[in-house]
Amino acid sequence: MDFWTTPIGWTILTVAHILAVTVSLLLIVAFIIYGDRKIFAGVQARKGPNVVGPFGLLQSFADLGKFLVKELVIPAGADKAVFLLAPLISVTLAFGGWAVMPIAPGWGISDINVGILYLFAVSSMGVYGIIMGGWASNSKYPFLGSLRSAAQMVSYEVSIGFVIITVILLAGSMNLNQITEAQAGGFWNWYMFGGGLDNLPLILIMFPMGVIFFISGLAETNRPPFDLPEAESELVAGYAVEYGSTPYLLFYLAEMLNIVLMSGLMAVLFLGGWHAPWPAGYLESWPAWLVSLHGLFFFAIKTFFVFFMNAMVRAIVPRYRYDQLMRLGWKVFLPTSLVAVAVVAGWQVYTGFGS
Amino acid sequence: MALQAIAFYLMSAVTLVAGFCVVSARNPVHSVLWLILAFFSAAGLFVLLGAEFLAMLLVVVYVGAVAVLFLFVVMMLDVDFTALRQGFARYMPLGLVIGAFLAAEMILVSTAVATRGAAKDNDTPMASGAGVDISNVEAIGRVLYTDYIYFFQAAGLVLLVAMIGAIVLTLRHKPGVKRQIIMDQVLRTPATGMTIVNPKPGEGIGE
Repeated sequence: MDFWTTPIGWTILTVAHILAVTVSLLLIVAFIIYGDRKIFAGVQARKGPNVVGPFGLLQSFADLGKFLVKELVIPAGADKAVFLLAPLISVTLAFGGWAVMPIAPGWGISDINVGILYLFAVSSMGVYGIIMGGWASNSKYPFLGSLRSAAQMVSYEVSIGFVIITVILLAGSMNLNQITEAQAGGFWNWYMFGGGLDNLPLILIMFPMGVIFFISGLAETNRPPFDLPEAESELVAGYAVEYGSTPYLLFYLAEMLNIVLMSGLMAVLFLGGWHAPWPAGYLESWPAWLVSLHGLFFFAIKTFFVFFMNAMVRAIVPRYRYDQLMRLGWKVFLPTSLVAVAVVAGWQVYTGFGS
Repeated sequence: MALQAIAFYLMSAVTLVAGFCVVSARNPVHSVLWLILAFFSAAGLFVLLGAEFLAMLLVVVYVGAVAVLFLFVVMMLDVDFTALRQGFARYMPLGLVIGAFLAAEMILVSTAVATRGAAKDNDTPMASGAGVDISNVEAIGRVLYTDYIYFFQAAGLVLLVAMIGAIVLTLRHKPGVKRQIIMDQVLRTPATGMTIVNPKPGEGIGE
């Protein structure tokens, strides 16, 4: 008992906690990739991966083996250090974002006061992996891809920031656990629906904010229809042209992790995080670990639901042209979310912050 | 406490080394990357001070936005690296003098602030640990929107003017360039977008 509160015991416990989350994330991402491909195939009336393992479930692990045993090729003109650093930065940041994610009551690794700002900072730093990789390759297509990616991610961060501010205004906190807690007790308290029956008129603001967040999340993670940094019809594979073997695997892993992170963030900010869609008073008599499992179940369901929509968008919506992408970000999302911040702030002052 | 001391010395060392590499790196892109590392470890130092809000703002604003655009510009510049280095020996004395002045001013100002100025009575002004019952987001907000509201608004005005200036400088509509107007495209109907003609045999379509 006492050992676990000493510095050494605390360190061991925290490292074990981080490892548990990381390993389960890796396993989940393996099946997320499989699910993504299956959904994509289903929309196109194909079968998708179906050879490795039952129903092709082990396809991702076969791909992993293939990537790992391939030869690592570094182009002669590449900036070697930056070239290899880029995928490492990408994947480190993608994992780092999960440090503050409230996956279940009491199961998040870290519970910090500015959790949402931390996630915002991490996702805004994700651009460095791509921009460094594209530049260090010393090749035309990757460079164009990285420039596109830099402009795109900086543009959509602005609207994501404003959408996050509306949620912060409603919750009155930047702590992700408190934001989740503020949405307890039924789906009508979720911020997607304005956050509570008293705030019902806000559904007119918050529902579009949720949609803007989802679309901006697509742009922020370079997902289709905004995958211009790697548009294969124009740039071959964009910033990843010169990458192969493990560095490419890391880029790919980082991209999928970021997508799941954005889905999770959407679940936390707008869909009530770990809370059930109905008032869960019955939880009071349950033991703590069962409450956590209950929370994890709902968090996972919501995250997978957002991811499913993400995958459907990828399969259905054609790719944007670059100027259309910029127009959408700066001329549509930015003014809309800016007005929404003003309206939500005014509403909060008018109603006395829900009291 | 020992852990905090280790973290402090580690991050200070990284900040100093990165700052030195910013000016000594041969490749300007590497300089920017070192600068980003310096920003990042400075944010770490803020966290150690208990000012996590400022740390996150530093990362979001400087690392996430300013440095990206910086990197963007530097990458696209076609700089002759050898030409840049040529005047190094000639300008070094002047640079050293300016650097010494800057260092002296910084030391003087910070000691004056710490011993006689605003931070005289505060041990850790932004700490949000034990003993302080409000988070430092709230602490900053309370000071910023009450005591310093005019300065805050003035800063906002300066930024607004700068933004308008940047737009005025770069926005120009060249005559003769076709622009896409989405609204017009969306509002196009069969009635406005096409005409149905019924040419007589042997005549073709006239103007």
